[in-house]
Amino acid sequence: MSSPAPAVLRCERVRRTFWLAEARHRVIALVDINLQIARGSLTALVGPDGAGKTTLLRLAAGLLQPDAGSIEVLGIDVVREPQSVQDRISYMPQRFGLYEDLSVQENLDLYADLHGIAREVRVPRYARLLEMTDLNKFTTRLAGQLSGGMKQKLGLACTLVRSPELLLLDEPTVGVDPLSRRELWQIIAQLVEEEHLSVIVSTAYLDEAERCAEVVLLRAGRILANGPPVSLRAQAAGRCYRVTPPPGVPARQLQTRLLDAHDLVLDAVPQSGEVWFMTRAEGAVAAAESGREHGRSKEADESNAASGAGAANAAGGTSNRLPLGGLTVHERAPRLEDAFMLLIDRDEGVSQASHLPALSRDRGNPPQAAALRGSREPHSHELSHGPSGDLNTARADPMNARSEEAPVIEVHDLVRRFGDFVAVANTTFSVRRGEVFGLLGPNGAGKTTTFRMLCGLLPATSGSLRVAGVDLRHARAEARARIGYVAQKFALYGNLSVRENLRFFAGAYGLSGEQSRERIDTVVEQFGLAAVVSGPSGLLAGGYRQRLAMAAALLHEPQILFLDEPTSGADPLARREFWRRITALAQAGTTVVITTHFMEEAEYCDRILIQDAGEVLALGTPQEVRSLGGQGDMDGAFIHIVEQARGGRAA
Amino acid sequence: MNPREFPLPDEPRGRSSALIDHLEGARLFFVRLAALIRKEALAILADRSSRTILFLPVLMQSLLFGYAATYDLSHVPYAVMDQSHSALSVRLLAHLDGTGFFRRVTDVEAESDIAPVIDSQRALMVITVPRRFEQGLAAGESVPLQVILDARNSTTASTALAHLAAVVGDFNQELARSQGARQPALSLETRAWFNPNRETRWNFMPALIASLSMLQTLLLTALSVAREREQGTFDQLLVTPLSPVQIMLGKSLPPVMIGLIQSTLVFLITVYWFQIPFAGTLPVLYAGLTAFVLAGVGIGLVVSALAATMQQAMLYTFVLLMPMMLLSGLSTPISSMPEILQTATLINPLRYGIDVARRVYLEGAGFGDIAGDLLPLLVIALLTLPMAAWLFRHRLA
Repeated sequence: MSSPAPAVLRCERVRRTFWLAEARHRVIALVDINLQIARGSLTALVGPDGAGKTTLLRLAAGLLQPDAGSIEVLGIDVVREPQSVQDRISYMPQRFGLYEDLSVQENLDLYADLHGIAREVRVPRYARLLEMTDLNKFTTRLAGQLSGGMKQKLGLACTLVRSPELLLLDEPTVGVDPLSRRELWQIIAQLVEEEHLSVIVSTAYLDEAERCAEVVLLRAGRILANGPPVSLRAQAAGRCYRVTPPPGVPARQLQTRLLDAHDLVLDAVPQSGEVWFMTRAEGAVAAAESGREHGRSKEADESNAASGAGAANAAGGTSNRLPLGGLTVHERAPRLEDAFMLLIDRDEGVSQASHLPALSRDRGNPPQAAALRGSREPHSHELSHGPSGDLNTARADPMNARSEEAPVIEVHDLVRRFGDFVAVANTTFSVRRGEVFGLLGPNGAGKTTTFRMLCGLLPATSGSLRVAGVDLRHARAEARARIGYVAQKFALYGNLSVRENLRFFAGAYGLSGEQSRERIDTVVEQFGLAAVVSGPSGLLAGGYRQRLAMAAALLHEPQILFLDEPTSGADPLARREFWRRITALAQAGTTVVITTHFMEEAEYCDRILIQDAGEVLALGTPQEVRSLGGQGDMDGAFIHIVEQARGGRAA
Repeated sequence: MNPREFPLPDEPRGRSSALIDHLEGARLFFVRLAALIRKEALAILADRSSRTILFLPVLMQSLLFGYAATYDLSHVPYAVMDQSHSALSVRLLAHLDGTGFFRRVTDVEAESDIAPVIDSQRALMVITVPRRFEQGLAAGESVPLQVILDARNSTTASTALAHLAAVVGDFNQELARSQGARQPALSLETRAWFNPNRETRWNFMPALIASLSMLQTLLLTALSVAREREQGTFDQLLVTPLSPVQIMLGKSLPPVMIGLIQSTLVFLITVYWFQIPFAGTLPVLYAGLTAFVLAGVGIGLVVSALAATMQQAMLYTFVLLMPMMLLSGLSTPISSMPEILQTATLINPLRYGIDVARRVYLEGAGFGDIAGDLLPLLVIALLTLPMAAWLFRHRLA
């Protein structure tokens, strides 16, 4: 590679491994990395967990030494002269070291002192940084009292107290709500544009990577692809489609069905009320359509005869057609996420879907689909033929079928105050059985407080709260026996083995003896934990940890599962796997209440609640909420709704 | 329609009688409690280094205390300025040296040499035998011996002085006998009960049975909830149906067991290694120790429930430990403390713990004798343990 443009980062055959003392083996973080990043550009590092993104950033910052290969940053050999590189770059790690007991201004001063910034330079620099981060009004506030988004902005400001030539950011937007996320990206874009700063940022959000000039896709320590987003997207061209589910059918059900046809469908996600999917072969939809015309009636008979077989089996087996049941399919432009999924799938050589323990199949038929098989609705004639005829049985989804049942969660006029501060104000909503209910809101909106009250972790100041048919004020232990809770960060006992953790939680939920063993074996199999069951849970990788946390929360087969930002910081693959489990759980009748910062994940929910400053801003199906927010996707709707409400309050 | 195969754990199974419901409730209570106790024990014992930390320091400390922490004196260095140079003065000094208690390090010639000897700590005391020593005694006069003492350590100084007085008293009697005088009308015959040789070790070791286990059980419990809060597992624990009482029991029983095991270790060392005879009975000793460990664990749990982080818990513990040690009567008698501090010792479990251990061990005290210690210990436990249980859920985040 001989590029005339000066590179801010040049890696040649870089290799780095780590010795894991506890696990007693060496893991490869990066292998033969050859990379050249041009000056003045914004570059994104994307890839699944454990791809080596952080290692690459730390190598570039001179904080780690490579085992082999050479790294030049700004033309300087960083291995030989880490200090001279560090004098000219800034690095913001995933957890930036803010001093929580110091104020915003004191944090800035501290970092300015550490970097030896001259006093006279500070004044204009501070002014600019505070204006850019919109922290002007908060200079005297303690950093520990800032919201998650503000903390990240302050972290960025502290990183930028001096003007670096290269800025390295490690997942700066993890745990940050869409509003703050947008602000952070505006700041970054401004820096690139006005100060001609070179920025390398690692991220789990592909919509963020889409804004970058260059994208580097890493996986398992190697570079899978490297180029501008447009050229990466082009790789997925001709495979991307969208389809609208029949009325009343949650998009996630159609999505599950598509994913189950994993010979044909590489990826599917609910999006704006539709399901966006990607086929394995280019132009597969046209082929499938023609195939359907061919042997339609015969297939339909078989499908009806085998009443026990779920749609997934019928569609995912040998059939070479998409399980769409005559729904109209439109082609759509590929997104970076499609390219990401495609490239990773190619790299794997095996289908991603075949990796996932197919929950819906393990558990047999989704009960409501089986139970309602007889009750086809006559007016859905456009769907009542073809191999996926049972899609229309699924349309009688849990919400409709159970609408006359008492809600599993009833919240009425819920209030929570901390001193004078009203964290949650007069909140009223209910959740039906089998519903997937999303709690959304900016950082500090009160959703965590609401969530903690629902789980019985925090008493309400006033209002009524019934969970699983039990008043939380009076019979908390009884209510707790019926819920499962997955905390935001890994909250199991790290020094105990996976099995010990499960044994403990089984016992805590009153399971003993044979029953306990049986349930533990079931969840171990269900969540694919068999390989790690005797190892210490503290050493598990991120994905396994979450699976274990979910397994522990589901041991007692709770009626309601609470999940607090379960996908924060997770890569797209892990998020898909997670949501497949949630979909299967909901189909089996478990109610799921979930908080998330990923607006696209709101699409998986039956209904969502948007909160800000303790108030309910919107409550309804994703469709309804999107229409409240005008046109566009959920991200846009969310920002619109929150800003409108804030504008209203300010006026 | 119900996809659930198992009934919910709390739901009464079928139409069972109230009694069966009660039994089922009790069974569930113990299933849950047992799960928590098991987990707590595993968390403490799973790690090899933490296992070692539990028992090795106790072993070392009790040996160290037994050998090193002693007020018993031997070979006290002293110097003499013998101005009389008489047969009688030599006899007196021979008496001193013969006890094995004093060791003459030097002779001082001039008064001006006394200070340097004391200052440099070459000698603990300097005895001046006056010029008219022999003549005066022979004439039946009372002759003063001047003793200059290094009282920088007052305990050592007064012990040495007491020994010196005893030697001089013996010498006087002997002298009187040799001069044909009658025995003095009154003589003191002392018997030191419970510790006939008045060895410090006899005083310390039984006290250590209580105090050494205190340090670790307090720290262990103080860290237990704080650790869970810090690592986020406490919320996970609170959303299970475990009640605060169950959490409190589950969190206190393993440390109580560990405390008792540590006490047993010290007890065995005291009996078999140092061979201090055990005068009491085991049931009384263990009843007292259990009450004591419970009180300590209660205080530890309260600290733990209040602390937000492990660092805070550790800090609070050390802030508590020092006064508890000082106000316990471990090394200094409570009766000689100022009134207000004596009152403060009344809420100190270590005071009662040490008292129980010493009295049962050395005196062979029975249940009736230690009731005055048991009662306050149980009161402390009964106040702190429920308070901790309440704090688990009510401490404001």
